[in-house]
Amino acid sequence: MLDKSGAPALLLIAPTGGGKTLAGFLPTLADLADGAHDGLHTLYVSPLKALAADIRRNLLVPIEDAGLPIRVEDRTGDTPASRKRRQRADPPHILLTTPESLALLTSYEDAPRMFAGLKRVIVDEIHALAESKRGDQMMLALAALQELCPDMRRVGLSATVEDPQAVARFLAAHPDPCEIVMADPGPEPDIQMLVTDEAPPWSGGGARYAIPAVLEAVKRHKTTLIFHNTRAQAEIFFHNLWLANDDGLPIGIHHGSLDRQQREKVEMAMVRGDLRAIVCTGSLDLGIDWGDVDLVIQVGAPKNVKRLVQRIGRANHRYNAPSKALLVPANRFEIVECVAALEAVKAHDLDGAPRGRGPRDVLCQHILIAAAAGPFSADALYARMSSAGPYASLTRAEFDACLDFCATGGYALRAYDQWKRLMQRPDGLWQLRDPRSATRIRQNVGTIQDTDTLKVRWRGRGGAPLGEIEEGFAASLSKGDTFLIGGKIVRYEGLRDLVVEVSRDATRKPKIATFLGTKFATSTQLSNRILTMFQQERWPELPAHTAEWLSLQRAVSRLPEPGRLLVETFPRDGRAQMVVYGFAGRNAMQTLGLLLTKRMEEEGLAPMGFVATDYATLIWGLDHVTDPAPLFDIAALERGLDGWLAGNAVMKRTFRASATIAGLIERQVGGQRKTGRQATMSSDILYDTLLKYDPDHLLMQITREEAMRGLVDFERIREMSARVGDRIDHVTLDRVTPLAAPLFLEPGRVPIRGLADERLLEEEVTRLMEESGLAKVDAGPSKPKWRVPY
Amino acid sequence: MNVFDFTFCGTALQALSSGALHWPDQRLLVVSDLHFGKSARLSAIGGAQLPPYETRETLTRLETDIAATRAEAVICLGDSFDAVGLDGMLPQAERDWITRLVTGLRWTWIEGNHDPAPVAFGGAHCAEHHLGAIAFRHIASQVDDGTGEVSGHYHPKAVISARGRAISRPCFLVDDRRLILPAYGTYTGGLRCDSPVFSTLMRPGARAILTGPRPRAIPMPRGVPA
Repeated sequence: MLDKSGAPALLLIAPTGGGKTLAGFLPTLADLADGAHDGLHTLYVSPLKALAADIRRNLLVPIEDAGLPIRVEDRTGDTPASRKRRQRADPPHILLTTPESLALLTSYEDAPRMFAGLKRVIVDEIHALAESKRGDQMMLALAALQELCPDMRRVGLSATVEDPQAVARFLAAHPDPCEIVMADPGPEPDIQMLVTDEAPPWSGGGARYAIPAVLEAVKRHKTTLIFHNTRAQAEIFFHNLWLANDDGLPIGIHHGSLDRQQREKVEMAMVRGDLRAIVCTGSLDLGIDWGDVDLVIQVGAPKNVKRLVQRIGRANHRYNAPSKALLVPANRFEIVECVAALEAVKAHDLDGAPRGRGPRDVLCQHILIAAAAGPFSADALYARMSSAGPYASLTRAEFDACLDFCATGGYALRAYDQWKRLMQRPDGLWQLRDPRSATRIRQNVGTIQDTDTLKVRWRGRGGAPLGEIEEGFAASLSKGDTFLIGGKIVRYEGLRDLVVEVSRDATRKPKIATFLGTKFATSTQLSNRILTMFQQERWPELPAHTAEWLSLQRAVSRLPEPGRLLVETFPRDGRAQMVVYGFAGRNAMQTLGLLLTKRMEEEGLAPMGFVATDYATLIWGLDHVTDPAPLFDIAALERGLDGWLAGNAVMKRTFRASATIAGLIERQVGGQRKTGRQATMSSDILYDTLLKYDPDHLLMQITREEAMRGLVDFERIREMSARVGDRIDHVTLDRVTPLAAPLFLEPGRVPIRGLADERLLEEEVTRLMEESGLAKVDAGPSKPKWRVPY
Repeated sequence: MNVFDFTFCGTALQALSSGALHWPDQRLLVVSDLHFGKSARLSAIGGAQLPPYETRETLTRLETDIAATRAEAVICLGDSFDAVGLDGMLPQAERDWITRLVTGLRWTWIEGNHDPAPVAFGGAHCAEHHLGAIAFRHIASQVDDGTGEVSGHYHPKAVISARGRAISRPCFLVDDRRLILPAYGTYTGGLRCDSPVFSTLMRPGARAILTGPRPRAIPMPRGVPA
C-alpha cells in the first residue's frame, strides 16, 4: 500500500476481512506521524454506520500505542448535532463517515474550508456501494471534493468481485487510470449443505426443521454467524432457536429494523466475545471485524454466489485457515439451489450483471446539493459530474434536462417560471431563488428508500424503543395481536402519535412480523446451473427425499429444461391454474405474471391473480388456457409492456423512489416525517397526473429506465425469450404437479385488480349492510340513470 | 358513471362516483375542497414543484359531472383555492376555464380555511348557504342544532378489508343530520374515517358512501376508543 500511495486511484481487492481496511490507512498514519498536518487529512467512507464506529475503535489502538498525534472521529446520522457542528469548524485528521453524511457535508457553504488540505479518501466495501445509488451519490460527492482538493488520492477496498475493472472505473475520476492490487485469496473455503433425515418443508423460509442441527453446530464452534435473507425470517428463526436453546447459550439478533441501541448492544457483546451466535441479515454482510467467528451459517438459498462467497469469508479471516460455512436450505426447492450454489463456489463462478450507468434521479439530487453549497456554473458542474465514474457517459443534453428539472420542474407546461427553485444570475451562475430552501434540500439528502415504517415502543411514558415495523403490517394489527420483534413476542396495544405501542406477552404464539426484507432474485448463472442439474438421470448429490421429488415430477409431467419453456395447466380449488417455469428470477417472474395476466384479461380468460418465485409464476383464473404459446410472443409482451407499465403498482413504487431522490417529493417537512400513507397517496396521484399530461417528463423517463432494470427486470424476460424461442412445452394435467405444489403455499399472491375488485366489494358491502340492518334503510345502489364516458 | 341514491333530511340526493353530491330536484351539484392551484402555492413557497396539471384535471372532472347531471347550480364547499390570492396566479387558460364554468351557472363559493375571502371569478360568496332545511358550510359545526348540514374540509376516506384485501376510497359520511363530502380536488390526501374526529362528529348509525366506479354505502368504520 505504501508503495502505491501516490497513485491517483487505487483499488485493493481482498477476501472479506483480511485486514485490508487497516492496510488502507497505513499511508495516512505514516503521513500524520510527525504532527505537521493541520486539519482534515483522510476521509474514510463506508456503507455502514457501525463500520465507521468499528474502524475508529480499531484505528485508535495503534495510534494510542504509538502515541501518535492523530485525531480520529466518526460522523454518521447518529452523531449528536453539537459534535457535527464542531467537526465542521475544527475537523479531525481522520474523519470516518457514510455516503449520506458526506453528501450532506458537501452541501454546506463552508465545505471548501472544511475539506482544505484533504489528501486521501478511503472507500471501504466499494463492491457493495458500486451496486447501489448510495455509491453513485458518493462518487458525485467525491467529484465535488476533487474539485476542492485536486491532489486528493482515492483508495477503494473491495471484497472479491467478478469484474474488478468495472469497480476500478467506478472509483477513479474519469478518465484517470486506477491501479488494481489483488491480495492473496487464501485457502479454499470449507462449505457444506446441512442434510437432515427429516425433509425440509415444501415452502417457506423459516427452516425451523433445522433448529436442532443449527444449535448443535453452534455448540461445537466458538462463534457462529447465522445469516438470513430477510428480517422476518431472522426474527422467526431467532425465536425458535431461543425456545430450543435448553443450554442457555448466549445468542443475539441483529438486523436493520432493530433500534440502534439494541443493535449496538449486540455489536458490543460480539466484540467482547460474549456471544456464541448472532442471527443476522445483510446488516452484518459488510466487513465489521466480529472477532473470532469460526462458522458462518446461511439459512435459505443464497440466491447469488458472489454474496455467498463474501458471507463465507466472514469466518476465520484472522487466520490462514479455510473459512467454514454451512448452507441450510429452508425448503425443498432450496436444496436444489444450495447444491447448485456449492458447485458454483467450487468452480469460482461468481455471478453478477453489469450495472449500467448512474441513474439521473441521483444526479438531480446532487445538482440541488451543489446549489445549496453556493452559486455554480453549469459548465463547471457538468464537467465535474461527468468526471464521476458512474456518470462518465453523461451527455450535456441529459445534464441540462436535469438542471432544468431542478430549476423549473421541467414540465412541458412552463407554469413555474416565476417560482423557479434555481435561477440564473446576470453573471451566468445558478443559485437558489430562495436561500431558505437549502435547509429543505439538506433534509432530503439520501438515496435509501425507507419503506414506510413505524417505530415500536413499550407502552407507557418514555417506553423504550424496540425497532420498526412496516406501516402496512401495523395497519393489519388489532389490539391484542402479537408479533415478534428483536426476538420478543409483544402484544399490540395501539398507535399513538405514529408510534406503535406494545406490551410484553410471554404466553402466546406470535402473529408473524412481515418486515420487508430484501427479496433477492436468483442470479442467471445459478438458475442455469439448476436447469442443467434437472437434466441428470439421477441426483446422487441430492438428499433422497429431494431426488424422489424430482423423479416424481419427471414421471407425472416433465422437468424444465435449458432452452425450453415448460408450461403446466391443471384445475385446482375450482379455478384454472397455469404454471410457467421461466427461471428468470423473482422480479422478472413477477413482471411476467403481470404481463401474462394482462394479455389473458384481453383474451377474456378472466385471470384472478398470480404469485411468482425465482423459478416459476403461478396464475389462477376462471378459464383454462388451452394454447399458451401465443401468450409468450415476446414482441407482443414488449408492446404490452409500455401500456401495462403505465398503470401498475411497480411503476408507482419506482416513481415514488425516484421522485423522492430527485427532490419532487419531500422526505421530511420541518424535520417531521410524513406518514407513509399520505406519501403513498400523493405520489400515486402525481404519477397518474404526469402520465396523463406530461408522459415524457424527465421523472417518467427515469422511472421507466429504473423499472426496466430493477423491479420489472424485463431484461431477464428478454433473455428467457431468447433462450426459449418457440420451444414451449405445454403439459395439460388433471391435478397439481410435484414441482407446482409448493407454489400454492407461497406468500405474496398478487390479485388482479379490475372488475374482480368491484365484485368482491359488492359481496362485502351487501354482507355489511345486511349484518347491520341498514340494508332496509335504502334501496341500495340504483341503476344508472344516465351514462357518461368515464 | 354510477350514482348512489339516498335520503338525507327528507331530501333525495345522489352521491356521484367522483365525490360530487347531486340534488336532482334543485338541479344542484355540490363539490368540496377543490384546492385549485395547490402545486403553484407549494412552488411559490420554495417547496417541490409538483406537476402543474391538477387544476385542469379537477376542472375536467367537474365539467364532466356538470354535463352529466345537467346541473344548473353549483356550490363549492370551501377550500376551492389552496390559498388566498391564488386565483390571480393560475395560468390564464385555467382562469378562463373557471370563469366560463362559473358564468354559465348559478355558482356559490363558500369560504374555507384556505380561502377565507372572495375570489375573482364571479358567482356568489358566503360563509354559509341555506337551501330548504339544509345548511351548506365548509367545516361541520361542533354544535348539533338539529338542522341538516352539508360540509367538507376533512377529506374523509374509508379503508375496508374485503376478504383480506384492503381497499381505500374517498367517501361521503352521512348520518341523519350531517353529511360530509370527500375532497374533490386532484392533489388531496384523505383522513381515515375511523379517526376520532369522525367518531365524535358522526352519530351512531352513520354510513360511509364509498366513491369509485360504483358508489355504495357501508356502516361508517369507527375507531376503537382509546
